[in-house]
Amino acid sequence: MRRALWILAVLLSHWRRHKMQFATLLVGLIAATALWSGVQAINQQARTAYDRAAATFGGTRTAMLVAPHAATFPQELFVKLRRAGWPVSPALEGRVQINGRSIRLLGIEPVTLPVEIGNAPRLGAADLGSFVAAPGQTLVARETLSDLQEAEGAAPLISNGATLPPLRVLPHLVPGVLVVDIGVAQRLLNKPDQLSRLLIGKPKSRPAPLASIVGDQLQLIEPTAETELERLTDSFHLNLTAFGLLSFFVGLFIVNSAVGLAFEQRLPMLRTLRACGASARLVNTVLVVELVALALVAGLIGLVCGYFIAAVLLPDVAASLRGLYGAQIPGQLSLRPEWWLAGIGISIAGALVAAATSLIKAIRMPVLATAQPRAWQQRQRRWLVLQSCAAGAVFAVALLLLRYGESLIAGFGLLAALMLGAALILPALLELLLLAGQHAARRPLALWFWADSRQQLSGLSLALMALLLALAVNVGVSIMVETFSRTFLGWLNGRLAADVYVSASDNAQGVAIRNWLKQRGEVQAILSGGRAEAQLQGQPVELLGLPDHALYRERWPLLDAAPRAWARLVPGNSAFISEQLSRRLNLRIGDVVEVPAPGGTWELDIVGIYADYGNPRGQLTVNVAALIRQFPQTPQTRIGLIVAKENISGLIAALQKQFALDDRSVADQATVKAESIRIFNRTFAVTSALNALTLGVAGIALFTSLLTLANSRLPQLAPLWAIGITRPRLAAIELTKTLSVALFTALLAVPLGLLVAWCLIAIVNVKAFGWRLPFHVFPEQLIGLVAVALLASLLAALLPVVRLARMQPTSLVKVFANER
Amino acid sequence: MSRRAFAGGIAALALARRAGAQGYAGLGETADGFAKVTPGRPFAFPADHGPHPEFRIEWWYLTANLVDGSGAACGLQWTLFRQAAQPGPQGEGWANQQVWMAHAAVTRADTHRFNETFSRGGIGQAGVTEKPFDAWIDDWQMKGLERTDDRHLAPLTLKASSTDFSYALTLEADRPVVLQGDRGYSRKSERGQASYYYSQPFYRARGTLTIDDKAVDVSGQAWMDREWSSQPLDRDQTGWDWLSLHLSSGDKLMLYRLRQKDDKNYPFGNWIDAAGNTQMIAGDDIQMIPKATAEVAGRKVPVEWQIAIPSRSFSILCKPLNPKAWMGTGFAYWEGPIGFAGSHDGVGYLEMTGY
Amino acid sequence: MLSIRNLSKTFSSAGEPVHVLRGVDLDLRAGERVALTGESGSGKSTLLHLIAGLDAADGGTIRLEDVEVTKLSDAGRASLRRDRIGLVFQQFNLIPSLSVADNLVFQARIAGRHDGAWTKELVERLGLGSLLKRYPEQLSGGQQQRVAIGRALATKPSLLLADEPTGNLDEDTAEDVLALARDLVARTGCGFLMVTHSLHLARALDRHLTLHAGRIA
Repeated sequence: MRRALWILAVLLSHWRRHKMQFATLLVGLIAATALWSGVQAINQQARTAYDRAAATFGGTRTAMLVAPHAATFPQELFVKLRRAGWPVSPALEGRVQINGRSIRLLGIEPVTLPVEIGNAPRLGAADLGSFVAAPGQTLVARETLSDLQEAEGAAPLISNGATLPPLRVLPHLVPGVLVVDIGVAQRLLNKPDQLSRLLIGKPKSRPAPLASIVGDQLQLIEPTAETELERLTDSFHLNLTAFGLLSFFVGLFIVNSAVGLAFEQRLPMLRTLRACGASARLVNTVLVVELVALALVAGLIGLVCGYFIAAVLLPDVAASLRGLYGAQIPGQLSLRPEWWLAGIGISIAGALVAAATSLIKAIRMPVLATAQPRAWQQRQRRWLVLQSCAAGAVFAVALLLLRYGESLIAGFGLLAALMLGAALILPALLELLLLAGQHAARRPLALWFWADSRQQLSGLSLALMALLLALAVNVGVSIMVETFSRTFLGWLNGRLAADVYVSASDNAQGVAIRNWLKQRGEVQAILSGGRAEAQLQGQPVELLGLPDHALYRERWPLLDAAPRAWARLVPGNSAFISEQLSRRLNLRIGDVVEVPAPGGTWELDIVGIYADYGNPRGQLTVNVAALIRQFPQTPQTRIGLIVAKENISGLIAALQKQFALDDRSVADQATVKAESIRIFNRTFAVTSALNALTLGVAGIALFTSLLTLANSRLPQLAPLWAIGITRPRLAAIELTKTLSVALFTALLAVPLGLLVAWCLIAIVNVKAFGWRLPFHVFPEQLIGLVAVALLASLLAALLPVVRLARMQPTSLVKVFANER
Repeated sequence: MSRRAFAGGIAALALARRAGAQGYAGLGETADGFAKVTPGRPFAFPADHGPHPEFRIEWWYLTANLVDGSGAACGLQWTLFRQAAQPGPQGEGWANQQVWMAHAAVTRADTHRFNETFSRGGIGQAGVTEKPFDAWIDDWQMKGLERTDDRHLAPLTLKASSTDFSYALTLEADRPVVLQGDRGYSRKSERGQASYYYSQPFYRARGTLTIDDKAVDVSGQAWMDREWSSQPLDRDQTGWDWLSLHLSSGDKLMLYRLRQKDDKNYPFGNWIDAAGNTQMIAGDDIQMIPKATAEVAGRKVPVEWQIAIPSRSFSILCKPLNPKAWMGTGFAYWEGPIGFAGSHDGVGYLEMTGY
Repeated sequence: MLSIRNLSKTFSSAGEPVHVLRGVDLDLRAGERVALTGESGSGKSTLLHLIAGLDAADGGTIRLEDVEVTKLSDAGRASLRRDRIGLVFQQFNLIPSLSVADNLVFQARIAGRHDGAWTKELVERLGLGSLLKRYPEQLSGGQQQRVAIGRALATKPSLLLADEPTGNLDEDTAEDVLALARDLVARTGCGFLMVTHSLHLARALDRHLTLHAGRIA
């Protein structure tokens, strides 16, 4: 043990003398661990939230019984089933309006609620009594309480005049839902003796078959491992994970180059140790122990950094998920121990992988150094050929994925294959370029310049590959974000047809407001809309009712339409379908959908497809009058107004005064637009932040590679200095070399980036969000990115070059003294 | 007072099952708003077979000592508890303040199975009607027939099922129910807590007992306790040991003692002769001495008892059929069939809580 | 103390076997100082490496005291080097990241044979007192070789092996270093086998052997 410690001390002494190398190694490991674990933390947080949602008093993780053709069913079915031995528990769900806001209300029956239901928040004994007994309680998440602007203990009024039981915060309850006793829910929702579903607990016995008890009145829904929300948000998390992985590998590039150099430099030390009688096994063991210890330290630091990255990004992620999918994620980070363990594990595994070649080299090292001919050219050629073959194979996989891939994973796989292939082929391309330069060179110094660049290639190639990947991703993501924001703005302008939007708290107020508005001269048109919810092929679908008005025909953008589409909407037997829904259900113009409505099935011809960016739910647009005929319960509370610009603020003020409406209930178009844009900017804020971080890590990779390379380049530069080239001149040549190689790389990154952008827009986006964007290229953006890449390379190259320019002649002389 | 008193408190815990047993603190509360138990109340049947919702707690508690075709002993338990969460007029539908809980168990020498279930009142998932007699929760049921005699509370059918056991019995009795304590007024402490308490200890049972899909025909004796109260327990009472004994002479004996924090125990008992005449036994005439303990569910439970009533030259040693008859329900306790020998012999049931 | 019998070693170079040693016999008594010379490629260094267990022989035996080196495993040879042999190389092979003081003791530390008083004496005799805190790159060649000799002797080995120890030193320095080594060997009583191409230095030792065509001439 003491022997091992001594060997460890000797090995570690290397780092004391090579602090920069040590820092590089740590930075690589830290960056890799931090970005990876940061992204994992966010994903974990989100998944925990989905689990919570899914488990909330019987979400989709629980088997349940529902009425196949109606929203609710009589309570007596519950009693019948219980008395036949079915371990069921009733629930009733609906929506209520509080302070003008619509919120989900869930009624549960805590006495029969299956104990084994997931991580449902638990009610304590005393709590249960007060939950059930009058006046009862309304359980609510803290976030929801503040959204409602209510205090704990308050008993707010809902829009139908009833009072909620006093609000009580239940920690860990999923946000966006009010939980009350089943009896309270029946009263508040005005559904006496009606239930929405029965949750099935652990069977107490072997009950009779369902059909023999309730006939076909109820239908069994098996629990799903994955919730609807998870399916929707999977793509978003896959996106994050892809970024995390990319950063992780870029970080490992850094580790690989640092470890590679350190091991190379320590080979003589290892030989001496072995010559002095340290056994090979002991030395190798200590080498691995050293690496693991370093990875442990770096992993811990990386985890702390990852925590902060996650904490900083989480609010944006939460906003994105809410905006895109309606998924509620708490903005507060809470991590499980597994996360920490996994982070440390990934750091150690990453370090071992990155150091594998160096470790194997050290382990196989013979005690006696055998003089090897410096056939770097042959070796380099062989390596380039091998790598190019690998690139070819990867490109072949990419082609297969493009041709046969169906899923989002395949889309990401295609992206990954493209980038990996490009990274692998990069050194060969650069070699060809440099070789061409070498052939074209006439002056001896120029010849040396090209030849030496070629020799440097193997040392720099990993860093350049990292730069290529980071740049290409950057180009791709920037194009996607830019395209999206432009498309979205244009779309928003068309969609927000009315000038003022009013939302009444209930139908009565809606009628009053409409009547009042009819008397106002400045109102050019009143556009009453409506929304209802339905199920289409098992998916929740929103039905949007639009009034028949010329304004919509003029402005409402349609991606595709049958002839006379707007006119065909009016009778009520046709609908427009949102792009997402049409893709999801594979519906096209001319198809017919059957919407279950309270009065029976409503058949609708699809006569148009429209973009509906950012809506998590599928949507059908129909004539509002037809909608109200089919869904009489549709609240008629949404009113759009056409008003001359100069009259808008006056009208809003008058409306607010007359009907005591708050800012949320009356909004002008500009405000709504600004709000929408804000949500979408946040949606891509995470992507942009991760994008920037990845580029930063690639910059570090380049910087560290150059730095380590600079030290080993002295022997190559010293002869040139000796034959009379000044140090500043040498430095300038070095700088030119680095920059030109970086420039080549950046230029190669541009077409790759365009390819990435195309993949993102045409494949990943469609699979992830359900919409396709037009493909635009923004040259000024590309030029900017190339400039940024060069700037990063310049900064990375500057320190070693400045050191070279300032190097004492003795250091260069020493090269000759040590040679021999 | 009665074991059932404590168990009745369990009904309160129906609501508390997730929090685990919280001790008996909730049972020592005052009975404000609930009806009080007073001596001298006349009993009326079948009305008193039905629920008394103005009282806080109530139960229908049946235990049976049976043998199968091969002569092997077994036992079963069927219990329905009612607890009112609030006093006052009975609410309609879900607003009803009653909560119901039931336990079912079967015990053989080598196995013990149990289950529990819960229900709110007011919607029909659980309840009791007196005529025709019907006590049910989910698919567990104790039900009278057309010819059921109100005084005898017999014949009845009884059924319960769980994933790994079930049973179905018919219960016959040729004698009327017996009032316990002082004409049905059963005192539970020196300080006046009490319950209304009557029993039917003369059931002859016959039916089928199924464990792990293996059904056997069984027959034997059964005993039902009916009790209701509003404040059955004192704050310092920590648990109880309760016995119902079928003597081979045909006599019946009900005994229990309430354990207090100060180690004083209050024994109570009634001797019921084979003709159905009942006589209270003075507390200081009852000796109940634990003789051996068994380790079950991580606790030490006294499963063997030396019992003596000197004035009646009664002295027996009780041994459990299965010392592991632990009811690991939300409110956990020991309950199982016993056999006894000594001056008298026979079978019975033992229930112990608070260990 | 050291007894070599019929030692042979063959390398293959470009597919052709090269018989470097063809039956070497050599004996060395405790305290004896022997120089080994020979032309380039005569197998001097190979012989030294085989004795040190840095390489395995093809035939013959090497016996150091009670140990038959040729029968040892890789790990056995490592511990033999650690405990009984001191090695000095032409390139000094100091560890650049360790100070002089640490370089001096680390083999002894690894061997668990560190002796403070002896180290102190070595420092004194080798004249390293003022250099202890320096790093190898801050030393001259002669100074580095003195540190290397100190490291090799710090374990009080039975046998000191030196492979062209003065090859990188100028003539005066070489003589100084050799004199120091000779004195210290005398002080410890260990055997000393030095490979050199300098006949002049070879004559300064007790015995002078020449390796020719794979045999001791």
